[in-house]
Amino acid sequence: MTELVAKDITVDAGSATLVRDASLTLSPGELVAILGPNGAGKTSLLRAALGLLDTSGGTATLAGKDVATMPAAERARLVSYLPQRRPLAWPNTVRDIVALGRFAHGAALGKLGPQDAAAVASAISACDLEALAERNADTLSGGEIARVHFARALAASAPLLVADEPTAALDPLHQLGIAELLRRFVDAGGGALVVLHDIALAARFADRLLWMRHGQVVAAGPPAETLTRERIRDVYGVHAHVATDAHGFDVRIEAAQ
Amino acid sequence: MTPRVLTVLLLTASAGALLAACFLGSTPLGGARVIAALLGQGTAGDGIVLWEIRLPRALTAFVVGAALGTSGAALQGLLRNPLADPGVLGVTATSSLTATFALYYGLAATSAFLLPVYAIAGALAATALLAAAAIRIRSVVTLILLGVGLSSFSAAAMSLLLNLAPNPFTLSDMMNWLLGSVANRSLADLQFALPFMLVGLAILFANRRGLSALTLGEEAASGVGLDLRRQRIAIVLGAGLATGASVALAGAIGFVGIVAPHIVRPIVDHDPARSLWPSALLAGLILVLADIGVRLMPTATELKLGVVAALIGAPAFIWIAVMRRVTYD
Repeated sequence: MTELVAKDITVDAGSATLVRDASLTLSPGELVAILGPNGAGKTSLLRAALGLLDTSGGTATLAGKDVATMPAAERARLVSYLPQRRPLAWPNTVRDIVALGRFAHGAALGKLGPQDAAAVASAISACDLEALAERNADTLSGGEIARVHFARALAASAPLLVADEPTAALDPLHQLGIAELLRRFVDAGGGALVVLHDIALAARFADRLLWMRHGQVVAAGPPAETLTRERIRDVYGVHAHVATDAHGFDVRIEAAQ
Repeated sequence: MTPRVLTVLLLTASAGALLAACFLGSTPLGGARVIAALLGQGTAGDGIVLWEIRLPRALTAFVVGAALGTSGAALQGLLRNPLADPGVLGVTATSSLTATFALYYGLAATSAFLLPVYAIAGALAATALLAAAAIRIRSVVTLILLGVGLSSFSAAAMSLLLNLAPNPFTLSDMMNWLLGSVANRSLADLQFALPFMLVGLAILFANRRGLSALTLGEEAASGVGLDLRRQRIAIVLGAGLATGASVALAGAIGFVGIVAPHIVRPIVDHDPARSLWPSALLAGLILVLADIGVRLMPTATELKLGVVAALIGAPAFIWIAVMRRVTYD
């Protein structure tokens, strides 16, 4: 089984410590959401766990192998990564951007093999992008671009997916759309680790929540166990109303502390 | 137009232009005499005009263009900016500075290999500096400004060398590098520079797939499995070798490395990897045609190819900068 295991990760940047002794695991079949305020070290922890950032302590393994020494292409075939900043240098077509997800499989744009083409087509259809497939990226809306990036991550056909704020700058409907795509990926046997800022959305879709503050993981567990009024106050510094209803969790931020 | 049709079209046009370059020139030579000389059956004089003047000159223009076009397309892919090119980034200026230095101190006279070696060393140093800066500087505008600074510094150092030139012959030799020309090149000159150029081009072509991945940004590119460090080193090395070899052959010729990829890009769906081949062919074609123009123009002294390239290319550069399509940056 492909498992991502990060143990006691510490990341320093100059004199500042971005992440301190943080651990996480991600297995197929689960959706893990990382919650925490800006600057809590969520992105740094993700990058360190993927071997994209130098650590000053701790280990990260993917399928039992150290990520730091794993070739980039091998890692990419096991876990696809959707970073927070997703700049596109050129106005490529949607199909080509999605096809870049097949890079680690040796795919070259414009001459995809049958396997690559099939993976790209299925990712495009999963994200409902068929109608936009031949459009240039600079003609798309923010919500459409977010779906294109998500499809790119899916096209890798990797068992694991790590996404850093995939719903950033999206309206509620599109946030829900991305969350549903994540859920579908997980229900089909994938494992997803996602940074989210919408607590209610995370509680509704995730199997486990990982709460971070000041570079440390302060709590981890299913929403029912870790999502409390006190936790939100401690982690985010705001007063909130938390209730459970038939649809899941109702979280309402009431006032700053 | 599909990329395949474009490549076939450019190949045909390039072959046609090279052939045309053999037929045209200041010495009137009839078509039959050119063909005879090409087949090695003409008079000795016709043979010299064709094999030692016209053909080397046209071939030099073509390979120099191809090297600059490919380097431009590859640097644009690496730096994710359509304005990147060996000329704008100061790579050709630095390269011609070191080449001039070799000429000035008579180093080039000791071995014919030294000129390309010096030119390439300058190009590599400039490209490596830019790539190292590109890792630290996130803003592409700052990077271009750095290139402009590098360019200005090399120009200043070049002026210093011109100022110190011991005699008019050295001065005119240096001016040639400054202005860029393919006149009076021999097949032997080509022979010395070509191996470096071919190795550089081979490195660029072998690593072109990584340029597509860089479309996503560096972080996502390494996320999809690109070894960023290796990719950077490969493109710097390839572009440095190809540009340096082109400077050793023809001096500083600017802008063709920007213009050719820019024209090609929409036809290859804006994919940097697929833009390499057509950019090489188109840039080669442009320089062969420009050089034919230079030779046919009835001016008292022949215009330098680099001057003509800049006269056409600089306005094109401004146009591209102004019309740049804004993407999600």
